[in-house]
Amino acid sequence: MTTTPVEPPEAALQAAFDATVAHHDRIEPRDWMPEGYRKTLIRQIAQHAHSEIIGMQPEGNWISRAPSLRRKAILLAKVQDEAGHGLYLYSAAETLGVSRDELVELLLSGRQKYSSIFNYPTLSYADVGTIGWLVDGAAICNQVPLCRTSYGPYGRAMIRICKEESFHQRQGFELLMTMMRGTGEQRAMVQESVDRFWWPSLMMFGPPDDKSPNSEQSMAWGIKRNSNDELRQKFVDMTVPQAKALGVTLPDPELRWNEERGHHDFGQPDWAELTAVIRGNGPCNAQRMAHRRKAHEDGAWVREAASAFAARNEAARTAAKGLK
Amino acid sequence: MKRDWPLYEVFIRGKRGLNHVHVGSLHAPDDAFAVAHARDVYTRRNEGVSIWVVRADAITASSPDEKDPLFAPSGDKVYRHPTFYEIPADVPHM
Amino acid sequence: MNDESVYDGLLGGDSSQWAFGTDFEDPLAGVDTTVPAGIDATELAVYCLMLGDDTLVLSQRLSEWCSRAPELEEDIALANFALDLLGQARLLLARAAAADPSIVPPLPEGSPVPAEDALAYFREAGQFRNVRMAEVPNGDFAHVVVRLLLFSIARLAVLQRLRGSADAVLAAVAAKGVKELAYHRDWAGRWFVTLALGTDESRRRLLTALEQLWPLHDELFTAHPIEKSLAAAVDPGEVRAEADAVLDQVLAVAEVERPEPIGTRGRTGRDGLHTEALSLMLAEMQVVARAHPMGLW
Repeated sequence: MTTTPVEPPEAALQAAFDATVAHHDRIEPRDWMPEGYRKTLIRQIAQHAHSEIIGMQPEGNWISRAPSLRRKAILLAKVQDEAGHGLYLYSAAETLGVSRDELVELLLSGRQKYSSIFNYPTLSYADVGTIGWLVDGAAICNQVPLCRTSYGPYGRAMIRICKEESFHQRQGFELLMTMMRGTGEQRAMVQESVDRFWWPSLMMFGPPDDKSPNSEQSMAWGIKRNSNDELRQKFVDMTVPQAKALGVTLPDPELRWNEERGHHDFGQPDWAELTAVIRGNGPCNAQRMAHRRKAHEDGAWVREAASAFAARNEAARTAAKGLK
Repeated sequence: MKRDWPLYEVFIRGKRGLNHVHVGSLHAPDDAFAVAHARDVYTRRNEGVSIWVVRADAITASSPDEKDPLFAPSGDKVYRHPTFYEIPADVPHM
Repeated sequence: MNDESVYDGLLGGDSSQWAFGTDFEDPLAGVDTTVPAGIDATELAVYCLMLGDDTLVLSQRLSEWCSRAPELEEDIALANFALDLLGQARLLLARAAAADPSIVPPLPEGSPVPAEDALAYFREAGQFRNVRMAEVPNGDFAHVVVRLLLFSIARLAVLQRLRGSADAVLAAVAAKGVKELAYHRDWAGRWFVTLALGTDESRRRLLTALEQLWPLHDELFTAHPIEKSLAAAVDPGEVRAEADAVLDQVLAVAEVERPEPIGTRGRTGRDGLHTEALSLMLAEMQVVARAHPMGLW
């Protein structure tokens, strides 16, 4: 008897996929998945990975000038973690059938984006603290729900990342706390830094829900679990008491507790600025990309040499086997 | 010359007495570099005593379509699972 | 993972778990920190500065690679080496200050700057005691490989003996450092061979880097009088033969000929005589700390 393997009809596959997502179970690499789901995931995971890699630069800028050896060690370990996070995420994306090289190429050619927050400059050592506190804090708000995302490898990468991110946020907050106990100049440095990073941090959650075109489908697929505005609100509510504990002022005159809603009211960031930064017109877009491109190009001969050396050893091994 | 390094899967034994567990992936030009990279990337917080690496393209995996024939048989052999056996509560160390 | 716990843990809670992740042991836990009888405290302090400045300055150079390496995996590796060396530097500078507080540069009354930072950030280039191999500016990836190979072979040989130092702190620092340096050396050795036998271009670059760094190689084994007289120290000249044997092994596998020896004349980095690069490097490294001598970080 001959049997032709019968492909289950697409509708059945789709139904099985939908059921898995509906049960908050995980989709794994070799499972059937809708093409749109795969593409959305690749785009989201890759952008997240690119953000980690580009995000090494603004803080890396201060490693050489860290004002104490302890801070130097902490900062270097932190920026190193970001390289690790980028690596975990590229690996997660690779389970979807795309290579790291292709993704890097998409970043370097400008066809894929990274978080716009990293297009802002770091102008004082306090920025290291503020990035840890506000930027990593916002990132954690975005990322913790992703530990339960529907795609298994992405969720597992996020669990590892979130554990390490909490160290990042902690070190940032602790740096600011310490500086606030220091000199008047240091306190002014912290406030100035918070003033610069507050609004860009709020923008990290993306545009308001009614102007966020991809959100609805991503939520249906279980890739995304909370809306932009929900996460932004959560971030503000968490940050306000921390700012108070620090002794800094958040630069928003509309910021106040709303008893009725049980949340803080707050002003809207300048969304036109976000659009401009995303379009490539932020203060550091060109610089960040040039830095990344140079590192990649400068390393080409090294990657090539290692591949050539491995191929040569492989050939020698094969020849040795043949002789036996 | 193909310049991108192959993908490796990394398995770490967290401490003596435990299995190696899959922790993630990385790229390396060859096996020796893969072990070195795994050490740098996946144990930089001292979380391992032993590392395995294997090229991702050397792994043979069951296909999800074969799930039924491969995994279903044990599904009805409940006696393979320890919870099948009722142990009186007063028996220690079971 | 709980949605809230990661973020909410920020205020209050146990902070000991946060420093650099988990499971980091204090290499000096339980170590006797008194200066042993018969050891000159000032000489011990200066010797600690020599070894500590080597690792501090080389760590600074390695950390400049951060976000610039040929591949993510190597970026992480180089940061690990920089962190290892920085860790050694902190222990050694702290030891130097504890052995003889008079070597610590004076700061304004009431300054909260700890001694290790006063030494790292408030000395001039001429007061640094590192070998010049550590300070020369970075070049390409071959340069970092060659520098790390030459330095780690020499330093590993010294640390292996220093584990038996009469000073318990130096012995403990050496015991920690041996494991780290052994890994740095292996990494650098593997890359040295890979670049030597990889492509024509990688071989050319490797040989260029070797040629550039070779004139500073001899200094790694040129003892300062204190390295000879201090009972707690190791004379680097005495480990030269074993270090040479290791280097020759790597060179043989890499099919690279050992360059002609170039001797060291006159004063060296150990005496405070440096290349032009050190003062520039320190200007950058020290700028924030020096602007805030009363700063709390």
